[in-house]
Amino acid sequence: MSSTIIDPRTGGGRAKPKRTIRLSWSDPLFRNIVWQILIVGIVLTVVYYLASNTSRNLSERHIATGFAFLARNAGIGIGEAMIPYDSATSSFADALLVGLVNTIRVSVIGIILATILGTVIGIGRLSRNWLIARLAQIYVEVLRDIPVLLQLLFWYALIQSLPAARQALHVGGVFLSQRGLKIPLLVWSEAYGWAFAAFLLGLVGAMAWNRMATRRQEATGIKPKVWPVAIALAIGLPLLVWAALGAPLTPDIPALRGFNFQGGGTLTPEFVALLMGLVIYTAAYIAEIVRSGIQAIPQGQWEAAGALGLRPGSVLRLVILPQSLRVIIPPMTSQFLNLAKNSSLAIAIGYPDIVAIANTTLNQTGQAIEGIGIIMAVYLTISVSISLFMNWYNARIALVER
Amino acid sequence: MSENTTIAEIDPVPATAGATAPTIAAANIAETRPRPSVASTGPVGWMRANLFSGWWSSAVTLVLGYFVIRWAIGIVEWALIRAHWAVPMGANGQPDPSVCRAATDGACWAIIGEKYRFILFGLYPYDQQWRPSICVVLFIALFVVSASRRFWRKELLGVWMVTLAVIGGLMWGGFAGLPYVSQEQWGGLPITLILATFGLAFAFPLAVLVALGRRSRNLPAVKLLCVLYVELIRGVPLVSLLFMASVMFPLFMPVGLNPDKLLRAQIAIILFAGAYLAEVVRGGLQALPKGQFEAADALGLSYWKKTSFIVLPQALRLVIPPLVNTFIGFFKDTSLVLIIGIFDLLTSGKAAMTDPVWTGFSTEVYIVLAAIYFVFCFAMSRYSSGLERDFSQTRNR
Repeated sequence: MSSTIIDPRTGGGRAKPKRTIRLSWSDPLFRNIVWQILIVGIVLTVVYYLASNTSRNLSERHIATGFAFLARNAGIGIGEAMIPYDSATSSFADALLVGLVNTIRVSVIGIILATILGTVIGIGRLSRNWLIARLAQIYVEVLRDIPVLLQLLFWYALIQSLPAARQALHVGGVFLSQRGLKIPLLVWSEAYGWAFAAFLLGLVGAMAWNRMATRRQEATGIKPKVWPVAIALAIGLPLLVWAALGAPLTPDIPALRGFNFQGGGTLTPEFVALLMGLVIYTAAYIAEIVRSGIQAIPQGQWEAAGALGLRPGSVLRLVILPQSLRVIIPPMTSQFLNLAKNSSLAIAIGYPDIVAIANTTLNQTGQAIEGIGIIMAVYLTISVSISLFMNWYNARIALVER
Repeated sequence: MSENTTIAEIDPVPATAGATAPTIAAANIAETRPRPSVASTGPVGWMRANLFSGWWSSAVTLVLGYFVIRWAIGIVEWALIRAHWAVPMGANGQPDPSVCRAATDGACWAIIGEKYRFILFGLYPYDQQWRPSICVVLFIALFVVSASRRFWRKELLGVWMVTLAVIGGLMWGGFAGLPYVSQEQWGGLPITLILATFGLAFAFPLAVLVALGRRSRNLPAVKLLCVLYVELIRGVPLVSLLFMASVMFPLFMPVGLNPDKLLRAQIAIILFAGAYLAEVVRGGLQALPKGQFEAADALGLSYWKKTSFIVLPQALRLVIPPLVNTFIGFFKDTSLVLIIGIFDLLTSGKAAMTDPVWTGFSTEVYIVLAAIYFVFCFAMSRYSSGLERDFSQTRNR
């Protein structure tokens, strides 16, 4: 391409001297190629050696490789399944899918709760109130330096030492016992679906109104009130729809029958312990990230916002946090990844996540390579998805420079 | 902290002051400046500024303070006042914890007194437990010596090798009258320290090579290998690597050769730590100004001379604080070997709780275990943040 347009300053297009490889050790190009062949060769030899050992071992133990075992009947009992699962008829693939859903459930809820708790504590560490700041500091320093597995086991032991189901601690229809947390639910009816749809519609409407209000403010300087309209749309509209459909309201309250509870929704002790451990541990890290993110914003921003007459809360919400998000997002991403990866510790307390189920599968079938391959593939996919999502979010909030 | 004081200064300016102040202030500043009231200094002033600076702050202080004091009293009562430090011997000559069981409102520290040797050293032969104790002391001495900047020189490498060899010798024994103790009997704190320290010692050279490989522009194939290694390991949880070590590793080995479980876990931890450390080292390599590389090239130094005399000494110095932080991370992560049944500190603590005589006192054991981990990690994190502060001061000067 450079042969057609020649810059006159380069002296009439002095062509780049054509590289010929000399077969000499003093030629760097030659050296590089030899080194690469050598290193890649060594790695391939090691891999080949391990693979041939593996195939010999497998044939000796009469283990067939491949994923055919996935279709076989699993017969693993799983304590909590979000999707239909029956240990008598379901296959290993179904069991693994249950595990995957459980992993995703605890990771997503954990990430949301850890972000909220971590942000609150991170802001608390910067509080003017000495007591709040000290408490937040103690929280961070102590919980960061204790292994997350120990914390998980501790919470699990604590839940197990709660009273039995018969003596459950209860407030209204909420029961807390060794069997976990029992909460009342509503008996499902059509009307809830419609009300939920109305809620989504109301949310969209509220967002549209907010956008309109902002535009009005930009044009006239006066912002119309947003919150009454938002409440009317997001809460009033679903309530209206629900009332119009006959206002069905049949609570499903858990009740003690024999030694266990019937009805209501359940959060199992394993799930609660895992969630608590992950959230409390990760929140300590997130708090540090939030704190350093806020401290990274220059003093002048606080002073300028104060000079504009904003209250401290508004300064934080409107001026400081949006800017510090740019500092916060990259380390936050790696904390989210850590939380998702740490959810694999579920196996230590018996929550049926993907690792626990894959481990049972490989113990029952002997398909070690496939089982571990599945675990790794799942986590690589989760890691890549979180990274991609956070990169997209990071790009969205990045400073737009003119 | 400092921006809060700024806000505190901005916040209380009354709106009316602006209207009257300038005229008077212009006339006589010295007289109109209000004298500091008695309550703005001393403990009362401090409390007013830091605990009761507004009605909202005061309310939070009172509510939080109430709960903190209540909890503190409850914890002190449980852990100290009503606690049982020892239990009487039962009829069968064994300690009998029924006193603890009868009084449920106090901690039962007697379990620790009874079980601390087991928690610290696992199944190591009882009369030989002075050997792992010396190992723990040696490990701590090694950390302390390595932490002091006076000793950051080449000889430290030799000290590490000698100390680790001595620790290995002491643990195994089998010479100079020390009976041989096989790895299956090792346990407790020494295992945790061995997994973390040997992990660091072997992962670090690997990490430096991988980081250099990942930075190399002339060796695309090597770079690809390094990127694959780092990203694959960092994308999966340590638990899956440990499973790999415990169930897949035996398949990889030639028939008849089956390395010990501890060694397999150690290899998994080395591979895991290598990937994370490589990223830290790469950060140091990237932070080094380009001029350093070019100057070394201009001197005609070969790649290895350039790397070992110019690049690494500067790059590694930069990354010592994050290296310490990474080390804290995998010091804690060694506890995950519990899942594949290796007898580290956490596992032996958990095993101590399952003694049928002493069931029901898991909280006490967990607290002691947490305290041990905390002491190590907190000391290291204090050290790392102190180092960071020192380094940033030197750099800014």
